Amino acid sequence: MQNDTPADAAVIEMSKVSTRFGDHVVHTDVDLEVRRAEIFALIGGSGSGKSTLLREMILLHRPNSGSIRVLGVDLQKLGDDEADDESLALRQRWGVMFQHGGLFGSLTVKENVGLPLREHTALDDVLIDEIAAWKLSMTGLKPEVGAQYPSELSGGMMKRASLARAMALDPELLFLDEPTAGLDPESAGEVDQLVLKLRDLFGLTIVMITHDLDLLWQVADRVAVLADGRMQATGTMSELSKMDNPAIRKFFDGPRGRAAQEQEQEQEQKQEKPQGKVQTSNEFGRPSSKPK
Amino acid sequence: MEAACLPEVMRKGRTLTVKEFCALAYILDERIHLVSSSSMNTIALIPAAINQPTPEELALSGSWTARGIGTIGARLDAVSASASLIVDGARIESLDTAGAWVLQKLLRRLRGEGSHVEMRDLPPEFSKLLDVVEQQAADQTDTPPLASAAPSKLESLGRNAVAAYEQAMALLSFVGECALAFAGCIAHPARFRWRPILFNIRSAGWDALPIVGLLSFLLGIVVAYQGADQLRQYGANIFVADLVGLSMLREFAPLITAIIIAGRSGSAYAAQIGTMSVTEEIDAMRTLGIAPLDMLVLPKIIALLIALPLLTVFADVLGVLGGMIMARAQLAVSFGEFLDRFVKAVSITAYLIGICKAPVFAVIIAVIGCFQGFRTKGGADSVGRQTTRSVVQATFLVIVADALFSVAFSALDL
Repeated sequence: MQNDTPADAAVIEMSKVSTRFGDHVVHTDVDLEVRRAEIFALIGGSGSGKSTLLREMILLHRPNSGSIRVLGVDLQKLGDDEADDESLALRQRWGVMFQHGGLFGSLTVKENVGLPLREHTALDDVLIDEIAAWKLSMTGLKPEVGAQYPSELSGGMMKRASLARAMALDPELLFLDEPTAGLDPESAGEVDQLVLKLRDLFGLTIVMITHDLDLLWQVADRVAVLADGRMQATGTMSELSKMDNPAIRKFFDGPRGRAAQEQEQEQEQKQEKPQGKVQTSNEFGRPSSKPK
Repeated sequence: MEAACLPEVMRKGRTLTVKEFCALAYILDERIHLVSSSSMNTIALIPAAINQPTPEELALSGSWTARGIGTIGARLDAVSASASLIVDGARIESLDTAGAWVLQKLLRRLRGEGSHVEMRDLPPEFSKLLDVVEQQAADQTDTPPLASAAPSKLESLGRNAVAAYEQAMALLSFVGECALAFAGCIAHPARFRWRPILFNIRSAGWDALPIVGLLSFLLGIVVAYQGADQLRQYGANIFVADLVGLSMLREFAPLITAIIIAGRSGSAYAAQIGTMSVTEEIDAMRTLGIAPLDMLVLPKIIALLIALPLLTVFADVLGVLGGMIMARAQLAVSFGEFLDRFVKAVSITAYLIGICKAPVFAVIIAVIGCFQGFRTKGGADSVGRQTTRSVVQATFLVIVADALFSVAFSALDL
């Protein structure tokens, strides 16, 4: 739609990124590439630096060395000023859903969703309210939720509202930090579907941090494994599941890992017949939602 | 490209009306701004435009995006319906959800007014998006928007009254709970938690010495300075000791100390307990079998009960010292003369009256701070609100209590 870079260009490129906090080395020489319109997942144990890597992609933290390009912009070249034109323009091209929502407690849910539109566009208030209500319903929230304050919402509703706000300016790139953590299985399943729907409908590139094995198997196109301060491997889940690297095996050999893998295999068999759960229609001729 | 997207009026080459001129200036300015801000995009954003060359035809062009449609609302309202309309979407450069929403609204209105609307030459991905919006709009009209009429004056008065009543009752019951917990601790002295009490004495008492001392010293100076002029006129210089001694010891020292502590420690209590209840620490404490009142509230009350009278004595000393210095500088009353007169003028009763107010103020400050902390509901916003409330209410109640003391003491002829 508003993509001005070639369709197969990398949306995010990181090369040789290293980060230290004082003497503590978070990660060294991380290389990573996220392609357009793909769902990219970042996994790794607690403290492996996933969140730091995500924060570096969205200009909240600067790495000690290495280069990061997001949407064709070299982040190292941007000034430190939060509001300079270039980083402001870049920030409007992505949306971020934080792990705990990051919704503003003093605004209602609808005002939260409308805030980016109010700040960055000249639309009138009535229209902004309508669009905000629509975005909320797109993420599966009822219209009456819009009038509530974030403190009155359950965890799942908070995540949906946060996703609606991240989508407010129709970003090209969406970052999701633990989109299904703390959700019941039904809500988590709906988030799976929502992520796929957004990608297929708007051609979004989605980068997410997750521990949710179902989400990884059902939704992610490619997965990067971060462990011991290094990028261990990148590939589809089925490629990763065949690797011998002990840091990767941890994800597959636990009882949960096996269950999710079996479920995926069952589903693949079902998909031999027309239309499985995962396979949503691909209107724009994009690569199918899961590479086989 | 620039020329092509200049508004119709410019190409026709006629004189512009004032309204058109303003609109044009705005559009151009907007475009210049957008070009400069999206320099890295290299593609300038062309505002969305709509033209109705003939009554049966609508031509759309430009960027129908959140940033592009900006001011198009009024021009959409001007589009008139006719029996059959052909909408040409070939020149739409980009369409996002906001643009699709606006476009969909227009189509819906035209259809509602009886037009037969046909979209032509719309790129397939745009029409897909438009379909999604249409589906959504149909769903959304099924559920009428929530009627949220602003409450009438009478209604909000009533609601405020109920809220105030409810808060007063909650405060009373909190005071009762504290009293019960205190009685329980007296009955079982092992329940007293000495470590937090000592910690609170240090943080609310010892650490407050510099600010309390400085402010009461300045207050002493001010009182002596204001009185000096009047006293000099009557040659009653020595009575500055009466003035400073009585006013500082009876009124100013206890009051200024209490107000400083309400701002300094009362707010800290409210913020601490409020944050703890937002992050579920209070609930965790309950599930671990620790009574939050014993752990958080009683130590604070007891600590302030000890610290505030001591701080008041300190404020007395420094306030009088300030008065003494001012008396010597302005009225030539030496320290010796001042203290001579001071002992005669200020009775021990005046001193004790000042000190005995301090524990009452201490209880007010600690109870209000903790009470407002426990009433925190929701998020960070609420913590700030309750903290403000605790300071305002504590200061208010301290001054009210001081006024009641004055009435009581004058009734008792003290």
